[in-house]
Amino acid sequence: MPTNAPSPIADVLAAANQVVLGKDVQIRLALSCLLARGHLLIEDLPGVGKTTLAHTLARLLGLQFSRIQFTSDMLPADIIGVSIFNREKTEFKFLPGPLFSQVVLADEINRATPKTQSALLEAMEERQVTTEGETRPLPDPFFVIATQNPSHQIGTFPLPESQLDRFLLRIELGYPDHHAERALLEGGGRRDQLPALAACFTPEQLAPLQQQAAAIHVSSALLDYVQALIEATRSSQNFIHGLSPRAALSLLAAARAWAFVDGRKNVLPEDVQAVLPGVACHRLRLASSGNHARLEDITALIHATPLN
Amino acid sequence: MAKQKTEPLEHSATPWLLAVALATAGPHVEHLPLWMSVLVGGLFMWRVWLWLARGQLPRRVPLTLLVAGGVAGIGWQFHTLFGRDAGVALLVLFMALKPMEMHSRRDALVVVMLGYFLLLTHYFYSQSIPTGLWLLAATTLLTATLIRLHGGAQPVAAIARYAGLLLLQALPFMLILYLLFPRISGPLWGLPQDAHSGLSGLSDKMAPGSLSNLIQSGAIAFRVRFASDLPEKSELYWRGPTFDEYDGLTWRARELSATAAQTKPSIEVTGKNYTYTSTLEAHNQRWLLALDVPTDLPTDSELAPTLEALAREPVRARARFTFTSAVDFRANRLESPAVLQHALRLPAAINPRTRALAIEWKSKSRSPEEIKDAALSMFRNEAFFYTLRPPLLGQHAMDDFLFTSRRGFCEHYASAFVFLMRAAGVPARVVTGYQGGELNPVDGFLTVRQSDAHAWAEIWLAGQGWTRVDPTAAVAPSRVEQGIAAALPTGEPLAMLSRIDIDWLRAMRNRWEAVNNGWNQWVLGYNPERQREVLSRLGFKEPDWRSMTATLAVLCGITLLVISLWTLYQRNTADPAQRAWQRYCTGLRRRGVTRAAWEGPLDFAARVAHERPDLATLTNEAAQYYADLRYGHGGSEHLRLLQQCARRLPSSWRKEV
Repeated sequence: MPTNAPSPIADVLAAANQVVLGKDVQIRLALSCLLARGHLLIEDLPGVGKTTLAHTLARLLGLQFSRIQFTSDMLPADIIGVSIFNREKTEFKFLPGPLFSQVVLADEINRATPKTQSALLEAMEERQVTTEGETRPLPDPFFVIATQNPSHQIGTFPLPESQLDRFLLRIELGYPDHHAERALLEGGGRRDQLPALAACFTPEQLAPLQQQAAAIHVSSALLDYVQALIEATRSSQNFIHGLSPRAALSLLAAARAWAFVDGRKNVLPEDVQAVLPGVACHRLRLASSGNHARLEDITALIHATPLN
Repeated sequence: MAKQKTEPLEHSATPWLLAVALATAGPHVEHLPLWMSVLVGGLFMWRVWLWLARGQLPRRVPLTLLVAGGVAGIGWQFHTLFGRDAGVALLVLFMALKPMEMHSRRDALVVVMLGYFLLLTHYFYSQSIPTGLWLLAATTLLTATLIRLHGGAQPVAAIARYAGLLLLQALPFMLILYLLFPRISGPLWGLPQDAHSGLSGLSDKMAPGSLSNLIQSGAIAFRVRFASDLPEKSELYWRGPTFDEYDGLTWRARELSATAAQTKPSIEVTGKNYTYTSTLEAHNQRWLLALDVPTDLPTDSELAPTLEALAREPVRARARFTFTSAVDFRANRLESPAVLQHALRLPAAINPRTRALAIEWKSKSRSPEEIKDAALSMFRNEAFFYTLRPPLLGQHAMDDFLFTSRRGFCEHYASAFVFLMRAAGVPARVVTGYQGGELNPVDGFLTVRQSDAHAWAEIWLAGQGWTRVDPTAAVAPSRVEQGIAAALPTGEPLAMLSRIDIDWLRAMRNRWEAVNNGWNQWVLGYNPERQREVLSRLGFKEPDWRSMTATLAVLCGITLLVISLWTLYQRNTADPAQRAWQRYCTGLRRRGVTRAAWEGPLDFAARVAHERPDLATLTNEAAQYYADLRYGHGGSEHLRLLQQCARRLPSSWRKEV
């Protein structure tokens, strides 16, 4: 998939494709999510490369990275940080937790209890943390990549709707295709390459790029199309309820970032179609089973909405 | 309405309204008294200056004084506030003053409505093609001004295009109403009394100089179309009023007694009959200027005892008449003694030398023909000159002319000849009318102008009746054979374009006059008869006003429906880029690749590249243009290129090859 993107973005895409094989679309979506200042949820089986993808992006963007492995006995303080009494200075000193990082990989988020989950998700939304009456801003940029195992696995606390809404995009990685898997097997563990990856970005470069992505032109014809899609989710019999206005805003922001990653100056219907599964799947529930919508459901929705 | 009242007028909208005032009131300056033109022009300049300087508009009191003064002035000038000229002057005054109190949008709308009304009044003065074009342009301006007032500031080109579109939509209604609205004879409302002043044409008397003034005018008197071939040019004598009373200066027609007026002239035709249709310009007199002498007359007209065709009413509007005339004839072989007696009367005690000459001829001659020949041979052989600028004549006008100045115009020769004949005892009279005409090769009409006005003589001969004698032909034969321009010495003043030697200029005039004639025949001359003619050609057997009104309503309804449907369709697919892209996609469908309804342009192009590599480049190009147009900032250039893409698609048969 070629791109006309500005050079640092093209470099990131190229380098990431060297590490995470055969996942071009997912890499792009993850990068778009970051550029749209959203948080990313990766849902898949263990061992398909979720952590590798997160780690690769953090390194390539030159961002500070920390990883939190969620377990069922974890408390909010474990991720936010605690204040410890300093005897010598007779005062409390705040020791920031792993959340105070530019890229946070929240592994297996659905293994944590709802209390800890909500502490993380509130921090994602507010981009600041309040403990013991003091508000502390989180670093900027602040990008959470959360992974979760499919919720039918044992020992999970599924995230409630309202919390899922905090993630701009949800992607699935899936098994690698034949060629990629062979290359993987021949080349050994890809994680070994990680320390050798050179950053393509400085943290200062990211903010202007995010601003440019948010300024991508959206014509009224495209807004017509976005509204038609949103309307279709609401009137469809397949879903329990339709997409919210916030979801519509997320869709537009993601489509802008996608167009920007593709190197274009305006959003096309193709961009909306490309990000719609990522935006809609975790926000829509099927009326038939109560499960989240799948890619096929969203594709059917797109095909049923004519483009004028 | 309340909103309009208070909403102030934008500064940038004012020039539109000033242009409206100029376009609608400006051309009337031609008919207005000078003081009014100056007043209106001054007010206009003042208003323009106020706009430029963003000055305060005048207050109520001075404005009221201006209105009162202007109205009083008009009343003093025309002695009335009603009628055509005074009414138009009043409207022009209002149009000049209303911009002075143009504070709100409502005032501006008043100006526009006044403008529409003022436009109509131009038809009181002229109904020519240039007037029509000017009024069309002014209507567009007025409509554009309305659009500007309601639609806010936009590029002038956009406003003009919108106004043009609105007028274009009005066009079918105009045509339907024009063709089908029941016509009544005469104007729709009674025209004011002064409507017919200032029409030029022959007069009911002939004084020295009256014809030579008329000849300076190049205006058209009438146009004639012969059913078959034309008579010789020297036979084309179009008969107007006949004069048989002379007071020493002026020739007049005799007041006929009731019985004399009833007398029917007797005409024996000895040659061929010619049938023709004449379109006569309004001249405010009764005579119809038929070819001498008419044998068959249109209805509503009669043949006077003095042989001219007369309408029942003065000809106040351009009208068409069909005549049959004969150029070889004998008229009134048995004239009543009273008429002959009258045709010998002369004022006593003037022109003694002329009388003496006539008496001398009479004594030498055996018959009236010999006297006539003697007079003609004098004109022919002695040094008489044909000129438009004769010297002034004294009390004994004929003596001065025949023996001293010897320079004159057709009226002088006709007048002197009749005087000589009468003095010699031959009954004679003066006939005025037109002689000749010019054939327009473009439409085959013979055009007779005021410059073809002519005067000739008639003498009564026993056994032959009234016989035409044209003494001018003896002096200047070319006048009758070739026309006035050939007969006059160069350097004499003539109507512009009467004396044209330049071929292309003459051809251009012929073309322009043919266009004008078509306009007169079909647009202005569309009277009840023409309407019936057109309707029967369209399949109406016996059109009466009921069926016509019904057709009118039905046709207007259908047109309205068509326009509404078209507008709805336009609204649905308003975007020209979309239409062009759809055309391109239709083209591709015929070539085997169908775009799904949900498919975006670039995705579609990618799929086409996969399925039909031969069309990849073109489709990619088209998709890029469309994406830029619909979702980006593509301009008209992109639209043109996209439309070109649809045309550049290779023809479908190549698919099979």
